Amino acid sequence: MAVILAGTLAGILTRMLLLKLDYRQYPGYPHGYISHFSLGAIASALGAVAVPALMNKDFTAFTFLALAAQQFREIRNIERQTLENLEETRLEKRGKDYIEGIARTFEARNYLVMGTAFITSIAAVLAGIWGAAAMALILILFSKNFMTGKKIGDICEVIPAEVHFKNSLLCVNEVDIMSVGLPEMREKIKREALGVMIKPKDDNARATLHDMGQRMAITHTAALIMGSKKEVDIPEFTPLARKNPDTGEVALYIMPIEKDMTSLIMAVQRTPLLESASVKPLKTQAGRIASD
Amino acid sequence: MGEEAKQILAVITTDKSKVTGAVPIFIADSEEEKQKTALFLAKTLDAMVHDLENGIYFIVRH
Repeated sequence: MAVILAGTLAGILTRMLLLKLDYRQYPGYPHGYISHFSLGAIASALGAVAVPALMNKDFTAFTFLALAAQQFREIRNIERQTLENLEETRLEKRGKDYIEGIARTFEARNYLVMGTAFITSIAAVLAGIWGAAAMALILILFSKNFMTGKKIGDICEVIPAEVHFKNSLLCVNEVDIMSVGLPEMREKIKREALGVMIKPKDDNARATLHDMGQRMAITHTAALIMGSKKEVDIPEFTPLARKNPDTGEVALYIMPIEKDMTSLIMAVQRTPLLESASVKPLKTQAGRIASD
Repeated sequence: MGEEAKQILAVITTDKSKVTGAVPIFIADSEEEKQKTALFLAKTLDAMVHDLENGIYFIVRH
């Protein structure tokens, strides 16, 4: 009994720590929180129960783990659907890549919880309750550190840039963003817009910034943190991230409610690096030769 | 972004000779009227005004 309890507790603790509310406000809703917490509890119970069952040579216990895996895959679908539905009414879209990333994370975290519970139970059997506690601590630290993804700030440099106009063309440094027709809009943008350049540190980062989904995630995060003046009938104020085709640097334009360059840079830096956008051309020989 | 086709919804100009075709065309007498018409149209259509820099404004939904 102590074995099961130790495993389950370790699993639930992991889930709680991973469920921390953050700026994405997801799952910021109390009900979302409860449903993920309960699923995490079920996952940890399953993982913990498997160990005593296996010790009784009851190998069918593994079938239950497979069943659980099936359920977790379902979570991913539900998360994806929810987020896609919410996306329709958002002014600054998250983008499909970001949504997929969040959905995948929710699925993966349940496996993580199940694994934590399973291993902690094994430790409880082999080394007693203190061994289990130590193992749980190690696993929780591992989950917290290893499973926290990278951020844009890790692979790119973000520096302030100048928003200006070439006649009617809105530019951030040397990158053209879009054409703005009305002179009064141009004046307002000149006064109130902010721009930054996102410079990739190497070719891997450049390839990642090439991904439109990653750029949408950046504009979404920036708009969420800084506020955005965009409205349904003012498409001019849509935050945009456009690439310099020659260098691969990305210019970001935004009409923030809070005009503060330091916080914009921090907001861009803390944008999560999407798993689906992250590519590593430098791992191939061709990629290494191509880079100079 | 890029999901729906971009479409020119209207053209506003002070120079009749430069536009033709199957788009609503609004002729303005002055630069001021052109800007005002463009702004009203854009607001009503939830679309954006672009400038061709040859006296023609056009409205596109993105």
